[in-house]
Amino acid sequence: MHAFNYHRPSSVNDAAALAAKQAEGKLLAGGQSLVQAMKLRLASPSDLIDLGAIGDLKGIKVDGGSVSIGAMTRHAEVAGSAEVKKAIPALAYLASQIGDRQVRNMGTLGGSLANADPAADYPAAVLGLGATVVTNKRKIAADDFFKGLYETALQPGEIITQVSFPAPKRAAYVKFKNPASRFAIVGVFVADTGKGVRVAVTGAGPSVFRVADMEKALGAKFAPDAVAGIKVKADGLNTDLHASAEYRAHLVTVMAKRAVEAALK
Amino acid sequence: MNAPLIGARIQRKEDYRFLTGSGQYTDDVVLPGQTYAVFVRSPHAHAKIKSIKKDKALKAPGVLAVYTGEDLAAAKVGGLPCGWLITGTDGQPMKEPPHPPLAQGKVRYVGDHVAVVVGESIEAARDGAELVEVDYEALPAVVDATKAMQKGAPALHDIAPDNKCYTWALGDKAAVDAAFAKAAHVTKLEFVNNRLIPNAIEPRAANARYSRADDSYTLYVANQNPHVERLLMTAFVLGLPEHKVRVVAPDVGGGFGSKIYLYAEDVVVTWASRQLARPVKWTAERSESFVSDAHGRDHHTLAELAMDKDGRFLGMRVHTTANLGAYLSTFASCIPTILYATLLAGQYTTPVIYCEVTAVFTNTAPVDAYRGAGRPEATYVVERLVETAAREMKLDPAEIRRRNFIRTFPYQTPVALMYDTGNYEATLDAAMNMGDVAGFARRKEEAARRGKLRGLGYACYIEACGIAPSNIAGALGARAGLFEAGEIRVHPTGSVTVFTGSHAHGQGHETTFAQVVADRLGLPIESVDVVHGDTSKILFGMGTYGSRSIAVGGTAIVKALDKIIAKGKKIAAHLMEAAESDIEYDRGVFKVAGTDKQKAFGEVAFAAYVPHNYPLDKLEPGLNENAFYDPTNFTFPAGSYVCEVEIDPDTGKTTIVKFSAVDDFGKVINPMIVEGQVHGGLTQGIGQALTEGCRYDPETGQLVTGSFTDYCIPRADDVPSYQLDTRETPCTHNPLGVKGCGEAGAIGAPAAVMNAITDALWSMGVKDLAMPATSESVWRAIHMKRAA
Repeated sequence: MHAFNYHRPSSVNDAAALAAKQAEGKLLAGGQSLVQAMKLRLASPSDLIDLGAIGDLKGIKVDGGSVSIGAMTRHAEVAGSAEVKKAIPALAYLASQIGDRQVRNMGTLGGSLANADPAADYPAAVLGLGATVVTNKRKIAADDFFKGLYETALQPGEIITQVSFPAPKRAAYVKFKNPASRFAIVGVFVADTGKGVRVAVTGAGPSVFRVADMEKALGAKFAPDAVAGIKVKADGLNTDLHASAEYRAHLVTVMAKRAVEAALK
Repeated sequence: MNAPLIGARIQRKEDYRFLTGSGQYTDDVVLPGQTYAVFVRSPHAHAKIKSIKKDKALKAPGVLAVYTGEDLAAAKVGGLPCGWLITGTDGQPMKEPPHPPLAQGKVRYVGDHVAVVVGESIEAARDGAELVEVDYEALPAVVDATKAMQKGAPALHDIAPDNKCYTWALGDKAAVDAAFAKAAHVTKLEFVNNRLIPNAIEPRAANARYSRADDSYTLYVANQNPHVERLLMTAFVLGLPEHKVRVVAPDVGGGFGSKIYLYAEDVVVTWASRQLARPVKWTAERSESFVSDAHGRDHHTLAELAMDKDGRFLGMRVHTTANLGAYLSTFASCIPTILYATLLAGQYTTPVIYCEVTAVFTNTAPVDAYRGAGRPEATYVVERLVETAAREMKLDPAEIRRRNFIRTFPYQTPVALMYDTGNYEATLDAAMNMGDVAGFARRKEEAARRGKLRGLGYACYIEACGIAPSNIAGALGARAGLFEAGEIRVHPTGSVTVFTGSHAHGQGHETTFAQVVADRLGLPIESVDVVHGDTSKILFGMGTYGSRSIAVGGTAIVKALDKIIAKGKKIAAHLMEAAESDIEYDRGVFKVAGTDKQKAFGEVAFAAYVPHNYPLDKLEPGLNENAFYDPTNFTFPAGSYVCEVEIDPDTGKTTIVKFSAVDDFGKVINPMIVEGQVHGGLTQGIGQALTEGCRYDPETGQLVTGSFTDYCIPRADDVPSYQLDTRETPCTHNPLGVKGCGEAGAIGAPAAVMNAITDALWSMGVKDLAMPATSESVWRAIHMKRAA
């Protein structure tokens, strides 16, 4: 790790002001990706702006039909929250499947979304539920948030403050884990929102994506059989040591079917 | 007076220290004036070093020194030696290319040592290392051993232009060919035994101090055999007298073989500590462990088994290409030969066996012993062949084994070993019973109703532990002895310190050896402590590898104990005015036979150290004895494993639903510790079968599986709750009747798992599958067969 300056602002405004001043600075959320990269000297920010002391960024609120989660809320808190389990059990379950215990006790919702790792779990829930990402500047619809491999709609200095998830009628997340990293080789979030069905896939492509054919089929009939025959194209999907694009494409169908089964349970 | 301790499940004496974080590992050792070393490593798999510029690094704050291969050459530091000379089929010695601790002129694998930077802090040294400017001229690389042998492949070493280190063979080729000629059936398999990266929980580390006061060195090092480390380093590399070098291997967090060897880093920090007259410490980062610890396995094998019409084995023929990596690691040469081909008889009466091995240099990390070392590779050959043969001949896989089991002992195999004892059918029966093989068909049907595939596989392994005797090993090329040393120091009030040349790095010797000593002396275990891992305390030692500690190290201790009791009898005879021949020792008490006269062990010890009433004219005072033990033969643990898997055909994911292991380790000292060893071994074996596979990019030679993100060691949820049991046929040639248990699981498990997977897929026409059987590879096997 190279030397860096450390800041611990107590408000979002202070954090944004610091970020604006430090061109080579980085915001630090749970540090589960950034700190590893720094230890390997793959990232060498001049300044780290730790968001951990900002009370406004933490906590879970359930209000009517939606669950709002502060950006600095740890995965373990979401996984263990009785309110989330009641309102959107699939979201609590998803959080319980992220990384390992250590990662879940440190990693945060906002950090995961801002990093936009192609194999991260949270993007599947955000896109699958049609959540709204709230920043210090604006509200961004999930469909507009994820732009590509490690790319989001966030502007320099823009800080995620919370994410608002509308509670669906029924939903489920099923993940086929990378045996080594436990990231998703393929993770599928299926949500019957009441106004339609959303199917979001993480791990398979450079960024989380929706599968229109499956959404349409499930809209007509919310049953496992409806998606069992729908294949996604392997073109453009990820190929790595652990899974080829062809295998990932196949797994999208299998996981989607299992997610529908789980949502119906 | 005390309950027997041998066979008791005694909690590990060392665990309080480990569980409370009070262990002292090499990295915990911080010496006055401590400095820190960081190695500059090659980013290329193969390249010429055109120049190395140190200036910028030397000017960096906190950097004390930068050394390169040139500096070591100028100081006449030698290369790292290989401890076993293999003579090839052509009668020529193996090719031993120079192995400089820091590269000279050329680098040969990603991670090869180019320079070392020593700084006031780790950060300073690391910053300095980034400033060392190395100008490389990249060369074509080859990472696959079979490709390295082909014409036109890039040559690593001038002395081996075809990259071959040796071609070696064992067995009667003509007799094997004749057996195949009359065979009713021949089973053939060609496979790769996948390369593995060891990953001990504690990375390698070394911290060396030089003392000007007496021109001596102390090296703290995460190592499995400190005396061997000292011998190799002083005699072959640094040219130092041994009495000026103390090597301490303090608490060591696992090794699995990877800490047997003399590594470049150990030598370089020791040498540098004198240049700087300050202690120099290096601790590997995990990324460094991946690229620079000696790897394991990596065989490409063509194996054939000839049978008569009833499935009786007539002969076996094996051709193996072994990847040695870029340089010869300390024991690299004997692993795919002496510890591999000799095990190919397995548990069977195969009358003739021929094995030919070609060992090859490639642009990869050196390959050496890793848990099992040659024996997992041999077991995989034998047990995959046997199981496949049974299926091809439509015989029950257990039945074909029974038809071929060795049943009379001692048994001379056609591949040099003489098995002293065993009962293979007993472990197979027990494992089948435990694994409920009888109920398998029902479980398979039930799984099929859920859309899942079930398979059941066996592995009946044999292992040779406690490699010995020294003179025969020497004739086969060993350049070291294979004995062990032990010392029993009885203190004046009767407590005991045991000094052993065996080294513990997770095995629990402090408990097991204390149990042996306390049991034999009839003392409470609290009165016995075990010391190991320090050349200044232990008279000598060959260390821990090859599951040898209890069989060889334990026997040395018993021999020393015998001397203690013999001397104690003399003292007791004097104290009780009886004839020495009338003295009996029984669980802590010296008695005069047939009388009620007796002296406690502590009283005799006290008399030895306060010799007021003592036969000083005939006997030296004190009660301290040592012994060296060189075994007359290997020990031969064996066992039967039954593995049951369930495969999800939609994803290809394999789940091990049941694993039943029945081992014959001879006499078991501490069943709880033995079970722990088996659990660890099985888990590593399952790792090899399902999840672990070291991969280098075939073009660039970069290590693709260079972190835990990509290299998958199994987790708790990857393995089942094991069902374990033991059967005992005591070893016939050591006094404890012990055989060794450290590697068994890793030896037997891979074949059991792969036999279970191929059983599940057999009806689809899948005869073989490469390890690791990842979900995608299993899915592909199913998918391709379904598509066809």
